[in-house]
Order: sequence, then structure tokens, then C-alpha cells
Amino acid sequence: MAEETKPPTTPPDPAAGKPSGSVEPTPPANQSSPSATPRPASPPPAVAKPEPPAAPAKPAGPVPVAWDSPLVSSLKRTYGSGIREASTYLGQNYLVVDSAAVMDVLNILRQEQEFDYCVDITAAHYPQREKQFDLIWILYSFSKNERVRVKTQLGDGESLPTSTSIWPTANWLEREVFDMFGITFEGHPDLKRILLPDGWKGHPLRKDYGIIQQDKEWVQINLGIESGQ
Amino acid sequence: MTDPTTYLSHLELGQPDKTFLDSNELIINMGPQHPATHGVLRVILKLDGEKVLGTECVIGYLHRGVEKIAEHRTYTMFNPYVDRMDYVAAVSNGLGYCEAVEKILNVQAPPRANYIRVILAELNRLASHMLWLGTHALDIGAMTPLFYTFRDREEILKIFEKYCGARLTTHAFRIGGCQYETYEGFEDDVKKFLDFVPPKIDEYEELLTTNRIWVERTKGVGYISGDDCIALGVTGPVLRASGVKWDIRKAQPYAAYSDFDFEIPIGQNGDTYDRYIVRMEEMRQSLRIIRQAIERIPEGPIMAKIPKVIKPPVGEIYHSIEAPKGELGYFIVSDGSTQPYRVRVRPPSFVNLQALDLMVRGQLVADVIAVIGTLDIVLGEVDR
Repeated sequence: MAEETKPPTTPPDPAAGKPSGSVEPTPPANQSSPSATPRPASPPPAVAKPEPPAAPAKPAGPVPVAWDSPLVSSLKRTYGSGIREASTYLGQNYLVVDSAAVMDVLNILRQEQEFDYCVDITAAHYPQREKQFDLIWILYSFSKNERVRVKTQLGDGESLPTSTSIWPTANWLEREVFDMFGITFEGHPDLKRILLPDGWKGHPLRKDYGIIQQDKEWVQINLGIESGQ
Repeated sequence: MTDPTTYLSHLELGQPDKTFLDSNELIINMGPQHPATHGVLRVILKLDGEKVLGTECVIGYLHRGVEKIAEHRTYTMFNPYVDRMDYVAAVSNGLGYCEAVEKILNVQAPPRANYIRVILAELNRLASHMLWLGTHALDIGAMTPLFYTFRDREEILKIFEKYCGARLTTHAFRIGGCQYETYEGFEDDVKKFLDFVPPKIDEYEELLTTNRIWVERTKGVGYISGDDCIALGVTGPVLRASGVKWDIRKAQPYAAYSDFDFEIPIGQNGDTYDRYIVRMEEMRQSLRIIRQAIERIPEGPIMAKIPKVIKPPVGEIYHSIEAPKGELGYFIVSDGSTQPYRVRVRPPSFVNLQALDLMVRGQLVADVIAVIGTLDIVLGEVDR
């Protein structure tokens, strides 16, 4: 509830109406929201540590166990340390792969292992990490009735080849990842925003994008209103 | 403002003096305020006369940033938001979300709660299919089914209202089970409904199945093969109408679905007519599931033992269910705090809509309306 309240900067000066760019554009709105909320509101420190290893979590609750299968061992033989991790967490298998090897692994999963249905492509942002993004493919095989997740880490500004040639459904899914996170895919047939308008600035699902942040310039030009809030 | 001479000078400068009337190709905008696009979908059509050469969907008009909101809410607080995605199947959305959080918490809802969930989710599937049938038939030109289906859907909404107080965005389930025990007379109401509906479904079929206009407008329209469905990630009745026998309720059963006996109806032709037949049969199968569930519903608690403050351990989970429109999945990343670090919703409508272009190429403009209807999209879910 608390962070829904408007930043104190917006209401008092509607009369001013000056279009000068010198007034604070977006960062103040972003900063005011954590200070307004009483909750810790600091995900970065909590996240940065437990994420990469995932094993040294507290003994309470389930932990990922090594995923042993002919598929994993053959992948490990081919790519060695490129396969960082192959685990099962709560009965769900996932692979963590180096970004250099991930396209090959996806190809193998599609062509040789019959993972013919790409359920979803998505990402998560960890601003404290050197490689800020997790990119995740969720795959399903109709013949095996099996799911697997493939995860890779990507730095800000890095890009990957598109997987539209492997699964045509990746077209819109990658566009959404691009729209929300700003991750680009080389060779994508039509990489542009999908949910947000074309001229929008910023990628909302990045952690440094505030929850009430918006592209004020776009809103003022295109909607003719001071603010969308 | 525009000086006509500038236009003329263009012609003199050797610009192609073809106006759009001479050209064979025409770009037409359908929506976002078009009644047959089921919300705010904009489709840019490239036409050659009446023939569709290509389409492009413009979506996002209803984008509310549900996934961003999730990161700023606790697990419990986010629960009602999911109802606002596919608002004609809110129960399914809630079921998927609650089960996903239960999975990451590693708890299981008690059997009675699971049975209540199945009953409500299947009632919701019926409501969703009825709404689909009414609006789809209306788009194609048959007005009567709309009144029939809305009349009968009302009975389902009444049961929802009596159960949880809401008709549309129900928020029927909680993480760990159900908040409400069934009200007195719930079983009678559901049983009455089970007797009431089958003749009504027959009635819809009587109006449409052999109706010459309906058959002409739907047979062979919007064809998509099973392989294309899989390649494009299309799920739900659209996939099954193309001959792929796949339903998450059978393939990877959740809630109490493994307890029930039901068939997965499939089609062969992958056209609009087959999708209609598949959905009609699915409604009957849903009734079958509800009948079994209501007869065998066990006694017992309806809420699992879960902590007051939900703090899942660090980890990631993906869980999906068979929503009325296809595979609805939730990918949740927990950082061990009370708020999800990331929630990704895998919406069936969004992915299915991607197949529109393939399905309408080479067909007529009027068929685009039929195909949008047969895909059964809800823009609240496409845009989130």
C-alpha cells in the first residue's frame, strides 16, 4: 500500500507547467519509494549471496540434488565445465549452462532429446551480480512427458543468438524478454517491443526500475497528460 | 496546413503516381476498438482484395505490469492479482498460482481442498467455454447462442457467488488450500447444475453443429497442423483440435485430477469447426469430472499447515496447469524473503495468439474474425 502513494514531488506543482528538462526526470520518484516503505526493501544484499551456489542454503527445506541421467553425462562429456550445474530441485530438473555453450545445448535438446515444445523463455535480473541476468528456457518433451529448465547468465549489454530457428514460438517470448529486460537476441526476425509502446524508454522488469516509475516524456507527448498516476 | 501543391510537386518529381486505389495491396487496421477482437487487440492486416496476405498483432493496451507488481507484494497479497489476468477463468489462474507457491513451499493442499478446487476449476472451465461459445457464435453471426450461454453461465456464477462472494474475480483459493468451507447446500446446487446443463449443451449443438451457415463459416477455416501447434507453443483446445492428445490434467496431473475418469477429446482437421467440437466435448467431460468429484468429496481439513508469514526457501519453481485456454504456468523465483523475487506468468492466450498469422494467411477478412474467436484469447491475459 505504502509505495502506491504518489511521490511528494508530483502533486504540489501542477500549476508550474514548465517543460524545462531541468526538473528531476525519474530517479527521485524511484528513490522516494523505498524510503516511504517501512519494509527492508533491499533485495540486492539478500539476493546476491545465495543465488550463484544455491547449495549452501540453510538446511531447512529441500535442497537441489545432482541430476544424474544419460543426457547430463553426455552433455558434460561434450561441454565439460560449460555445464555448470545439473540439478533437481523439488522434482524439477534444470541445467545451468555457460552462455557460450547454451545455444548448442538448446539445439541438442531440441534435435536429439526431443524437447520439441518451448514452454517459455524468461529472465530475472540480479543487479548486484557481475553477470546481471538469468535467462531461462522452460522446455517440454511430448514423447518423454518431461520438463527441463535451461538457465544461463548474461551480462548487461551482452546478447545471445535467437532461438526462433529452433522453436518458432520464441519469437514473441524473446520480444517480451527484450521489452521487459533489454536483452537483445541476434538474428531475431522482428526484435521490437511487444507490450510497451515502441518509443518507451526503460525496461520495467529490471530491478532498478521503480514500481511507479514511468517514461514521463512519452506519457506527456503521447497522452497529453502530466502523469499517468 | 498541407499545401496541395507540395503533393503535386511530389508527382512531378517522379514519385510513383500510384495511389492506394491502383495498388493491389491494402493495409487495414482492425481494432483495438473492434467488437470482435474480444477486447483491445489491434491487428494490422495486409490485404489483396478480401484475401489476407499477412497480419501483425499489436498488443499491450491492457498491460498492467502484473509481474512487476508481484515483486512488490507478499506471496499472499499477490494472489488476488492473478484473477485479473484471464478474468473469465479467474479460478484457474488462482489455482495455478496457489499450487505453484505450495510447490515452492513444499506443502500440499489437503484432499478435501483439492476436490473443492477441482469442482470450482471445472465449473470455471464450463463458464469460460460458454462465454467463448456465445461470443464466437455472435462474431460469426449467430446471436441466439449468446443469450443461451450467458443464461446458463449465470448459474455457475451464482455458485461462485454463494461460495466466495464474488462472481468474476473470485479469489476462491488461498495458498495451502481453501479459505472457505463449502456453504450449506453447495453439493445440492452443484448437482442441480449437473442435471440442468447437459440438455443445454445439446441445445447449443442443435443450434450450431449442423447449421449450414455455421458449418460453412467454420469448416476448413483457420487450419493449423499439430506440428505447427507444437512449434508455435500452442496449447489447450487448439492443440487438441489438431489431433495432439495432450492435456496437463492427464500428462502431469495436479490437484486431484488423477482420481477422476475422463477423456481428452481431440479433433483431426485442426480447423475452426473441430475446435468448436472439441470445446463442446470438453464441457461434457468437465461435467463428468464434477460429478465424480461431488460424489466422492472427502471430509477433512481444507487448509494445510502453512506458516502465517509465507517465506519460501531460496529456489526456483515452475508449475503449470491446464487452464481453459491452454497451459498456464507460473515460474517463481524466491530469494527467501516474504516477497517473490520474480514471478513469471506463462499465459496461454499470449502464446496462442502468435499462431493467428499462420492461421489466417490466404483466408478472407471475415475469417480473421472467426479465427480470433476460435483462438479464445482474453486480452487481460495477453497483456497482463
